[in-house]
Amino acid sequence: MITYIARRMLQALVVMAAVSFISFSLFNYVGDPVDNMVGQEATLEDRQRIREVLGLEDPFFVQYARFMQNALQGEFGLSYRTKRSVTEMIAERIPATLELVFVSALIALGLGIPLGVFTGINRTSWISKAVLTVSLVGVSLPTFIIGISLIYIFAVNMGVLPSSGRAGTVALGGWKTSLLTVDGWRSILLPALTLSLFQVTMILRLVRAEMLEIMRTDFIKFARARGLPENRINYNHALKNTLVPVITIIGLNIGGLIAFSLITETVFQWPGTGLMFIQAVDFVDVPIMAAYLCFVALIFVTINLVVDILYFVIDPRLRAEGGH
Amino acid sequence: MNIRTIAIAAMMSTTMLVGAAHAEKVLRWTSQGDALTLDPMGQNEGPTNSMNGQIYEPLVNRDRDMVLEPGLAESWKPLGATGWEFKLRKGVKFHDGADFNAEDVAFSIARAQAQSSDFKEQVKSIKEVKIIDDHTVQFLTDGPNPILPNEITNLYMMDKGWSEKHNVTVPQEFEAGEETYAVRNTNGTGPFVVDQRLPDELTVLVKNPNWWGAANAEHNIDKIEYRPIKNAATRVAALLSGEVDFVLDPPLQDLKRIDSTAELKTVTVNQIRTIFFGMDQGVAELRNSDVKGKNPFQDKRVRQAFYQALDVAAIQRVVMEGLSFPAGIITSPGVHGFTKELDARRPFDPAAAKGLLADAGYPNGFTIQLDCPNNRYNNDEKICQAAVAMLAKIGVTVKLDAIPKSQHFPKIKNRVSDFYMLGWGVPTLDSHYVFSYLLHSKGSWNGTGFANARVDELTDTFAVETDLAKRDKMIAEAWSIVKDEIVYLPIHHQVIGWGMSTKLDLPITPNDSPQFRWAKLQ
Repeated sequence: MITYIARRMLQALVVMAAVSFISFSLFNYVGDPVDNMVGQEATLEDRQRIREVLGLEDPFFVQYARFMQNALQGEFGLSYRTKRSVTEMIAERIPATLELVFVSALIALGLGIPLGVFTGINRTSWISKAVLTVSLVGVSLPTFIIGISLIYIFAVNMGVLPSSGRAGTVALGGWKTSLLTVDGWRSILLPALTLSLFQVTMILRLVRAEMLEIMRTDFIKFARARGLPENRINYNHALKNTLVPVITIIGLNIGGLIAFSLITETVFQWPGTGLMFIQAVDFVDVPIMAAYLCFVALIFVTINLVVDILYFVIDPRLRAEGGH
Repeated sequence: MNIRTIAIAAMMSTTMLVGAAHAEKVLRWTSQGDALTLDPMGQNEGPTNSMNGQIYEPLVNRDRDMVLEPGLAESWKPLGATGWEFKLRKGVKFHDGADFNAEDVAFSIARAQAQSSDFKEQVKSIKEVKIIDDHTVQFLTDGPNPILPNEITNLYMMDKGWSEKHNVTVPQEFEAGEETYAVRNTNGTGPFVVDQRLPDELTVLVKNPNWWGAANAEHNIDKIEYRPIKNAATRVAALLSGEVDFVLDPPLQDLKRIDSTAELKTVTVNQIRTIFFGMDQGVAELRNSDVKGKNPFQDKRVRQAFYQALDVAAIQRVVMEGLSFPAGIITSPGVHGFTKELDARRPFDPAAAKGLLADAGYPNGFTIQLDCPNNRYNNDEKICQAAVAMLAKIGVTVKLDAIPKSQHFPKIKNRVSDFYMLGWGVPTLDSHYVFSYLLHSKGSWNGTGFANARVDELTDTFAVETDLAKRDKMIAEAWSIVKDEIVYLPIHHQVIGWGMSTKLDLPITPNDSPQFRWAKLQ
């Protein structure tokens, strides 16, 4: 078990190093940060001086080595754009992103599982067909369009929800939460819904497929033969057995949600890490981009590691292999 | 009664309750990007200067027609060829209560001259600040500088004592390990005081009751709430839903939609920014062209052919939906030296253009690459696409490279572009700014390689000529040379459009910088 985990962690480190190297080498192609850092009147000498101060004139490997050395100590420098500490900026913005992901995952589960069960059981009902058709919207429309449409319906036409921003935040220690106030919930609803639509569809279809599969298995037939009530069969026996793959997929998707809440955050001006990354790209704010990509890589690697370890616990075959 | 009316009624009743209690006038507004820093000398950039200009004040300000008006200086006069004298306003206090005096002016100029300042260019002619008395200062210059007052309208005055106390006597250095106090804290003399500053999220300014102009204040605003919204469609939605009273930068194509909403209006004005194409006439051979061994742009006939092939009226009508003013020179109305005659264009005439190309030895045209930004100017990429099609009609095959501004501008400055789009704003509102950067042979943004001894001489001379009539003649001569030589291909002057609630009265200015000291909210 320990060697297995150690091996996994070693692999995780290699992945992190590779991500940082690849992302860092891409920064040479995003443009010249100095252009954004000074006004158009700045002289060539002045630009040159700033380039030297920032170390942009050093060879690539020197820059990379310096970056890694600082990054290993958790030090990502100052943002070129805001002149503030990158670590502090990311720490400030993580709560917004995590809460958005959390609420959207709740919506995804809360809608996806019951609808999946329903459409799995009532395969032929017209409601199921309608749900399946509508759910296609979730996967086929781009997030941007969904977000803007929701804004126009709920904020502009009906005027019941705010169109953007994160209102009603309350500080709990260092964590600024918007989940404790009505205003906070009003502002998180639309972005969370937008972010969750894709997940709803995916979970719905996954649960439905699993349900269809399981309803054909012998133990369900036996349960029926024993005369158990339908609800008990559906929710206690069948649903439970569909959940293993669903949980795996959701676990893996949380990482994706955190990393790719970019568009949703931009549409709703949600002050999370994704919005910060987009602003950094516009400005060629290399310290923020580098730190963000490392942060996302870390989340993916951690989640994968946890999933791997969970498999190890769940699946005895892996343990047997580990014993060779 | 539908949901919307109920919601509005509910909102109104709460507003009225609050209104009855305080009658507070809160102006809520948004734009794409927040100020980068509140340090007034940290970054010379539009939105940053605009935000800091509500909190801090310059010696010389601009009124709504961009004409100079007294700011913290009551009056100023040139001291012959040696500099300028400023009489400072009396009884001005910083937000923390400290008095504003000549010491603070000397300190602020020195701070602007620090290595880490982004305003060095604006004050580089000042060699010494002489304090005559508490309310009189002389800026002694390195040779005559006729436009010094124009150059310092974005140079805000800071308190010496406050800056020393908080260790911010120079703007933040890039190598510094941590942010300095002045990035998020302020102590200005202006009409508004920072109440809350969450960068990129929310900035709240409140009225400064002790402002020197408070007695005659035009504005009636108690509080300003600014929230940046990056996405254009969301910005407009916030205005349509009544969550903000003012949007600085709605997309031009949405102006009609905003106007057609009952509670909203739009205002437009020509911006101090002209869009044009530059052609590299300096190199012996173009980098991305099938013409080898020579540079077609060195032939004036080719440049004129390009000029006459561009149908800027069509660009105005189709690409800009009417929201632009076709241009004859590369600077805008409002800039000193601009005249209507200069702004007249040569006729659009593709047949003549084809003839000119044939005369120059390219009867079948040639191929060339056009470099264009895709996120900097209004419809920048679409304008370039239109130009590609228009040039194709005279046989020139243009390959378009439309890329983000952070990659586009280095191409111009590093002199690796043959043919490029550029837009130029003029913060000093004087032609000298255009000549020294774009037309002087040593201009840092002159990507054309244009080097004309007479233009260089004129530029250097009218930089220091204090006889204004003589100076104007020189500017006129320089413009006529440039126009005749077709150094650049002017396209149009950009238009600014602001969207706001009909309850708000806020004069629009060509520098796109809202001045809330003029704002009135019903």
